[in-house]
Amino acid sequence: METQRWKTGSGTEDPADLDACDNVNRSDTRNGLAHGCAIPIVFGMVTELGHFALILAFLVAIVQSVVPMVGAHKRWPGWMAVAEPAATVQFLLTGFSFVALTYAFVTSDFSLKLVWQNSHSAKPMIYKISGVWGNHEGSMLLWVLILTLFGAMAAWFGNGLPPTLRARVLAVQSSVAVAFFAFILFTSNPFLRLAVPPFDGQDLNPLLQDPGLAFHPPFLYLGYVGLSICFSFAVAALIEGRVDAAWGRWVRPWTLAAWVFLTIGIALGSWWAYYELGWGGFWFWDPVENASFMPWLLAAALLHSAIVVEKREALKSWTILLAILAFGFSLIGTFIVRSGLLTSVHAFANDPERGVFILMIMIFFTGGALTLFAARASRMEAKGVFGVASRESALVANNILLAVSCFVVFIGTMWPVVAEMFFDTKLSVGAPFFNMAFTPFMVVLGLLLPLGSMLSWKRAKVGRAFKQLLPGFILSVLVLGLFWTVQTGNSLLGPVGMFLGTWIVSGAVLDLVNRLGQTRDWSRLFRLPRSDWGKATAHIGFGITMVGIAGLMAWEQEDIRVAQIGEPFQVGDFELELTAVNEVRGPNYFSTMGDVIVRQDGEQIAVLNPEKRNYPVAQMPTTEAAIDYRVLRDLYVVIGDEQDNGGWVMRTYIKPLANWIWAGSILMALGGTLSLSDRRYRVAAGTRRQAAEPSGVPAE
Amino acid sequence: MIGVWTVAARIRACALILCLAVAFPMATPVMAVQPDEVLDDPALEERARDLSKGLRCVVCQNESIDESNADLARELRLVVRDRLVEGDSDEQVVQYLVDRYGEFVLLKPRTDGWNIILWLAAPALFLIALGVGIFYVRSRAAATEPTEMRLSEDEEKRLNELLRES
Repeated sequence: METQRWKTGSGTEDPADLDACDNVNRSDTRNGLAHGCAIPIVFGMVTELGHFALILAFLVAIVQSVVPMVGAHKRWPGWMAVAEPAATVQFLLTGFSFVALTYAFVTSDFSLKLVWQNSHSAKPMIYKISGVWGNHEGSMLLWVLILTLFGAMAAWFGNGLPPTLRARVLAVQSSVAVAFFAFILFTSNPFLRLAVPPFDGQDLNPLLQDPGLAFHPPFLYLGYVGLSICFSFAVAALIEGRVDAAWGRWVRPWTLAAWVFLTIGIALGSWWAYYELGWGGFWFWDPVENASFMPWLLAAALLHSAIVVEKREALKSWTILLAILAFGFSLIGTFIVRSGLLTSVHAFANDPERGVFILMIMIFFTGGALTLFAARASRMEAKGVFGVASRESALVANNILLAVSCFVVFIGTMWPVVAEMFFDTKLSVGAPFFNMAFTPFMVVLGLLLPLGSMLSWKRAKVGRAFKQLLPGFILSVLVLGLFWTVQTGNSLLGPVGMFLGTWIVSGAVLDLVNRLGQTRDWSRLFRLPRSDWGKATAHIGFGITMVGIAGLMAWEQEDIRVAQIGEPFQVGDFELELTAVNEVRGPNYFSTMGDVIVRQDGEQIAVLNPEKRNYPVAQMPTTEAAIDYRVLRDLYVVIGDEQDNGGWVMRTYIKPLANWIWAGSILMALGGTLSLSDRRYRVAAGTRRQAAEPSGVPAE
Repeated sequence: MIGVWTVAARIRACALILCLAVAFPMATPVMAVQPDEVLDDPALEERARDLSKGLRCVVCQNESIDESNADLARELRLVVRDRLVEGDSDEQVVQYLVDRYGEFVLLKPRTDGWNIILWLAAPALFLIALGVGIFYVRSRAAATEPTEMRLSEDEEKRLNELLRES
């Protein structure tokens, strides 16, 4: 009912309407109001409607963050019932707003400042669409769109929740939305107009005109923002003063989903860096990367600790804390990226307003939640009792290692700021630090993982679990020995990585086999719960990613030379020949493309076309590496500049096991998805449908 | 040819990319080490590469001079190689650059002074967390299962519904 009022009220709400016109940039028109609004009426009413919908969504969010919260406190069902329709309306309004912006991009409406800055009429359609979130303002709109989507989903699927908890979850979720709507409307409005629409746009950064990167941000946001639901559940539970097994069961699917999306998002970004940046690096420990990696680590910890809450009613307050911190780190990530505090002295220095705004959002939500936590956490008493050697203890170890490794990333990322602020020294913290400080924790995690996941709940015998893992352990030691003797050079990294990978993968397989019991009835394998398959798949994926990273870092070969056309040269086992270099024209770029024939043992195995592109509108060159993908190695070829005395600079890399990094990531995501589809969550969904009918009637 | 990329253009590009919440703001077409820079002595060249990987291109974002194609990175690569050819030790080369650009040039901070906090914070936290973890686990092992684990009315109702369904 409440939302209905807002909706009908909107038609006559002139002040908001005027506001929309006020924001129009019309610096050089005297008769601003009439002019500024005349253009949109003729050409792009949709844009104004989108802007208006966004303002309405903001108002609905305010209502949704207050009314159900009061209702839950006073036990007024009518007030609590506001939450669900409000969440839906909020999502629909934001969705409309997003569609309106997308429409402006698709139709190249250059009277919108944002479109003019980030698009071009000659750009391929897919990048016109991805250009919507290829910039600060648009990406924030996508961010709140996903935020409201998750809020709406929590409303739609939340019928099984106790009504007060549900009202509070939706109210908290909506208060996060209020903050971000305000941020967009007051500091980063995507719907600003240009008074005189330019003839064409400035084009999107060419590096971003790439399929891998087009879908990288949406997945990351789905992950970041997915964690907001866990946060809302945690805060609502603290207000409610109650955490039980059911709470763990509600939170876990959201965590899993967020983690799966983050995994895909990070993997896409890493894969893009690998093929686009021209030398095949896949991870740089850059602050902005770390910003996405920290929530991933904490989400991984959270989805493990929520199992303990769900199955054993222990680790409750820790799980609550993790849920708060995981979203807190998402906010820190947003702050890092948007404020320009860390990445650059130049980039956003001209707009500190945004940074301060996000900092305030971050302090309010994280600080508020932590204060609430400090006041209420002691009420969450643990119920489950377990032995020192048990699955519960193993998951505690998992959480310690993941949380501490997150802390390594955090302190390494923030240290340059700390050093400058307090010790007045400018310094850098880069890959060498992280590789050294982060890796040990991952090695310990990898060593413990198979053993821990084999231990039984409550009380376990370590000796017995290890006996079951013995074949895997022997295999791993053999692998270690093999690579140690075969490899050239004495790097510890390669063999240790192979050992850990084999250990984790064989451990996960043995764990599945072990589930069959004494009978070894293989048909039972397919009747195991999907969560068992999910666990095994995700762990195998983790092991495979480890193998890929270790292999690539330890055994990469590189060759830099000036290649003459028609003169073959040898790199490792491969013979390469640059046969021609042509000028090629793309839709919105010019390209210098090399034809490289690759031979192995005298036989031609591939023709590669490395490119150097120049995007005239954005005035930016890019390199497009040509890669021959194989299971055991990639051959990675880059073409450089033409030399004065003839020939071209060519860079060739042999990258062993590179694909395994992303294959492992895909398996991790798949494992998470399998767990998510486990019967126990679907059964819970079934009860929701049943419960929906009685609770649907009294909603005012 | 490297000069195509002026510092200003880089900064502009960086600003553009930063606008995204994407993970790779230092993205530029990387040409990095050029063939004409490579030293004839493979051992020296390898030392130069290793050193370059730990030195920051001071006008770039978090890029080592080994990866960067900025003019300054090329100059620094050449300086590193010159010093090595002159017979400097690795430490001397690094010190030479730190004297000119400050510790900002080091991608791996030193372990002296306040930086010791950076290096020891995580191991210290790990030990603390381990201690708390062990304490928690032992207290759980010593605790007794609550004899009365009654369900609330709500839970009772839901349990019944669940049982009825399956």
